[in-house]
Amino acid sequence: MIEVQDLTKAYGAVTAVDHVSFTVNKGEILGFLGPNGAGKTTTMRILTGYMPATSGTAKIAGFDVFGDSMEVRRHIGYLPETPPVYPDMAVEDYLDFVARIKNVPSDKRAARVTEAMRKTNLEDRRAQLIKRLSRGYKQRVGIAQALVHDPDVIILDEPTVGLDPKQIIEVRNLIKGLAGDHTIILSTHILPEVSMTCDRVVIINKGKIAAVDTPQNLTSQLKGGQKIRVEVQAPEKALRDALLQVSGTTRVDSEQLPADGHLVAIVETAQGADIRSAIAAKIVQNGWPLFELRGVSLSLEEIFLELTTDDAAHAQASAN
Amino acid sequence: MRNLYAIYRKEMRHYFVSPVAYVCIGLFLLISAFFFNFFLSAVIQQSFQMEMQSMQFGMPQQFDVPGQVMRAFLGLLSTLILFITPFLTMGVFAEERKRGTMELLMTSPISEIQVVLGKFLASLSLFAVMLLPTASYVVYMYLHSDPIPPWRMLLAGYAGILLLGGSLLALGTFISSLTENQLIAAVLTFVAFLFLWVLDLGHTSEGGLGSVLQYLSASRHYDDFARGIIDTSGLIYYFSFMVLFVFLTVRSIDSMRWRRA
Repeated sequence: MIEVQDLTKAYGAVTAVDHVSFTVNKGEILGFLGPNGAGKTTTMRILTGYMPATSGTAKIAGFDVFGDSMEVRRHIGYLPETPPVYPDMAVEDYLDFVARIKNVPSDKRAARVTEAMRKTNLEDRRAQLIKRLSRGYKQRVGIAQALVHDPDVIILDEPTVGLDPKQIIEVRNLIKGLAGDHTIILSTHILPEVSMTCDRVVIINKGKIAAVDTPQNLTSQLKGGQKIRVEVQAPEKALRDALLQVSGTTRVDSEQLPADGHLVAIVETAQGADIRSAIAAKIVQNGWPLFELRGVSLSLEEIFLELTTDDAAHAQASAN
Repeated sequence: MRNLYAIYRKEMRHYFVSPVAYVCIGLFLLISAFFFNFFLSAVIQQSFQMEMQSMQFGMPQQFDVPGQVMRAFLGLLSTLILFITPFLTMGVFAEERKRGTMELLMTSPISEIQVVLGKFLASLSLFAVMLLPTASYVVYMYLHSDPIPPWRMLLAGYAGILLLGGSLLALGTFISSLTENQLIAAVLTFVAFLFLWVLDLGHTSEGGLGSVLQYLSASRHYDDFARGIIDTSGLIYYFSFMVLFVFLTVRSIDSMRWRRA
């Protein structure tokens, strides 16, 4: 549905988006994850035809976003960072206006507007002026605006920003409900959002793609593989040596717990190897009391940090 | 065409829910009504004096009361719109840019020219609505004149003010597309208007530069219309002026895509 090839956008000397390529299949929800200023908004603006790319191509539903801009615009609904609403208009009038400029046929307009309000739970606010709505409701009007013409592709730039936790859950459920009929790209810098709503994640940092995968895969099979946490009562040096002898161990960090003097060792293993039983055997063999032994899978936060932190900063963190 | 109408409709609604339009129209009608009354009584008084003089000296004098009032009144209207139109156009694009709704318009299947024309025609309609009540004063005067002056004088005068107003609105719309700040748009528009007004005041020599400046001055052509003359050079001047600034606005909107947003 969406094909992006080598997309680059430079603002003068600054390259906001740097040779980004990815594809989104029909009915899929793609999450765009990255710190602020990573190039998420710029990429979305290029996809919607709001601004041209410096080089590279992007196609939506087979149409080039630059060459066939009008056709692309007919196929997309777009919620920018700030909902593009007119404060002096009532919700229903506003959606009617958007339906008109999105070329919804006049006989279907009223039905489409009602449908968009129903999906976003705005029916009881239809006659209210947008300026009198709360932040959360304005955001919903913004989402309703992106759906009103029933587009194939919906692009949402930080759809849950500024909402309270209950509204965030509502919006996420709404987005999940839209998948299937619509292809969705959403950007966010909130990690749980991605694991909860998206089928696939593109992690973008400083304009470059750092990773593309499903949230599950990213969480489970990260470079460096699994970590195992061992809590033992043992001399530190001897423990480290013993653990390093276990085949499959790549690295051991240890730390003394201040409370009871137990040692906690974090054992990093090669990808795919499960050495928990070998570690347990080794410890028992040495006669050390074992208190805890469990696998730690990296959270999306750690992956994200690992992928988006500078190499220099990362090296420094490892050295400590 | 449907897109253009959608924009037009939205703009008209926007005008009539915002206080700006009501304040502008209200002030305009208040001041124009006051001055119409003032001109009418002043000219009538003058005509009585002339009549008395002509009775004393036995020289029958023709005195065109409606024509005099009309000319003075149209002159006043042109000065008034100089002050009022910047407020009608200041928000046309500046507000859209500030609110972020420009992003909606520019990612909708609607061309820049449709957006610009829809907005321009809406501001022109509002201007016509503002002007309409003043025509009733003149019509009232016409109906009570004897003989009734030719209607085409009135029509020419109002055609002139619509053309002048349209030109100012097109220029104001263009200036509004250059900034996000409504106040800056209004001030710049006003300065540009003043410049156009006084363009022909500086010239001393006949011919050459002087006549070019005279032709370019927006107020000079208006004087013909106020005297009831529809001059093709005036028509061409105002129409090219409007087309030029509508075109420049389209270019300005289009160039936003290429600038850093």
